[in-house]
Amino acid sequence: MRFSRVLQTGAVVMAAGLALTACGGGSGSSGASGDKNLVQRAKDNKKLTIGIKFDQPGLGLKKPDGTYAGFDVDVAKYIAKQLGVEESGITWKEAQSAQREDLIKKGEVDFIVATYSITDKRKNDVSFGGPYFIAHQDLLVRSDNTDITGPESLTGNKKLCSVKGSTPAQNVKTKYAKEVQLQEVGKYTDCVTSLLNGSVDAMTTDDVILAGYAAQQPGKLKLVGKGFTDENYGVGLKKDDADGKAAVNKAIQAMEQDGSWEKSLQTNVGPSGYKIPAVPTIAP
Amino acid sequence: MFDFLSNPDYNLVDAFWTTIQLTFFSAIGALIWGTILVGMRVSPVPIMRGFATVYVNIFRNTPLTVIIIFTSLGLSSTLGINLAASDSPTSLADNAFRLAVLGFIVYTATFVCESLRSGINTVPVGQAEAARALGLNFVQVLGLIVLPQAFRAVIAPLANVLIALLKNTTVASVIGVAEASLLMSTMVENESDSLFSVFILFALVFVVLVLPLGLLLGWVAKKAEVKR
Repeated sequence: MRFSRVLQTGAVVMAAGLALTACGGGSGSSGASGDKNLVQRAKDNKKLTIGIKFDQPGLGLKKPDGTYAGFDVDVAKYIAKQLGVEESGITWKEAQSAQREDLIKKGEVDFIVATYSITDKRKNDVSFGGPYFIAHQDLLVRSDNTDITGPESLTGNKKLCSVKGSTPAQNVKTKYAKEVQLQEVGKYTDCVTSLLNGSVDAMTTDDVILAGYAAQQPGKLKLVGKGFTDENYGVGLKKDDADGKAAVNKAIQAMEQDGSWEKSLQTNVGPSGYKIPAVPTIAP
Repeated sequence: MFDFLSNPDYNLVDAFWTTIQLTFFSAIGALIWGTILVGMRVSPVPIMRGFATVYVNIFRNTPLTVIIIFTSLGLSSTLGINLAASDSPTSLADNAFRLAVLGFIVYTATFVCESLRSGINTVPVGQAEAARALGLNFVQVLGLIVLPQAFRAVIAPLANVLIALLKNTTVASVIGVAEASLLMSTMVENESDSLFSVFILFALVFVVLVLPLGLLLGWVAKKAEVKR
């Protein structure tokens, strides 16, 4: 008797839980992707959910006071504004690298501006606006280091740090594995720690990301400045949203032309001595 | 569905071999250190009992990720304690592997210790009293009379600890040990269009590793059980 009551209660709780999660999922997706068109949604709701990185100084960083700063954040705000959404209407959502396609496909974000490199594989799942920036894989070393001048100087058993499984780490493994040892860690900040205390000689990823860390530690770290790949950062959008893509591209062009593109880069990564590159050509 | 497996960069066998090696060395280390710990925990010397109790309670309640990251960032990077010669061409990989094994031993030994302690509790007090009456000292009582019976009683719980350890080794990827979950993060980065297959694949291999282990040790536990 008592056991069956427990079962009954359990069933009710389970059903309620299922119903709640179902509702939660439903309202979550309808909030962002009731229909396919980004422009229409922004116009109707005056609200956007935008995916950015929360842990990337200079690009997308959630500050201790709960505000967000960085170049990616500025780009996202500019695009939102061009779509008619004020800053107060933006909901920021953390878009970790491995989850970006999924967030877009499920409609949990309207678009993603999070050091998102345009690749053919990713184009199978999402559309890209931009590129709004071209980064190059580079090396970050301690300021007093003189023997690392570029990827060719990674000889003599140098120790290099990057994030596990990331594309920059794989590049190093396939191209320079014979001369260099790679320490793979969970986060770039762990690399910065190891680099500062001397247990590795350099860390590697896209130059603009490295510049963000260099700007955080003024005078201690420097960029080598010999980029050896091209990473086209794009704005990730729902696949086949042609209107949305056109609107995003238009917004990026406007941002580049009125000078706020360069100004944002200057304030966010400029202090590291990073040379602001030329404006990239937007892909058709 | 699994066509990405034809990519020669994905060496699944190597990755899982590292997982097995991590488990093997950590399990042996944890068994030895855990047995010493349980000896201290039941010993008549108060300072040893105190040390073992404090040790077990601290490390059992610390998240494994914290311990593993501490071995790398704390011991190796900051304090400069390295477990591999720093001029060897594979020093980083060796160092990471050995630090991970150290971390797993430190953590898993607490669970081995507590399992064994419950095993010791199954041995009737009369056994130890009889042994003492024969003139055996503490180490002899523990090593010859109590622990052999305790071990036979806790094979099944120890098997659970071993299975948990095997799955816990995935944490080693945070300090760059090239085991299964590091390969998985590489695959997740590259194969964004077949994430589901990647997860299924790794889950399957882990099931293939764990299931026979559990069945075998369950059978051994039944055979070795002390009938009381």
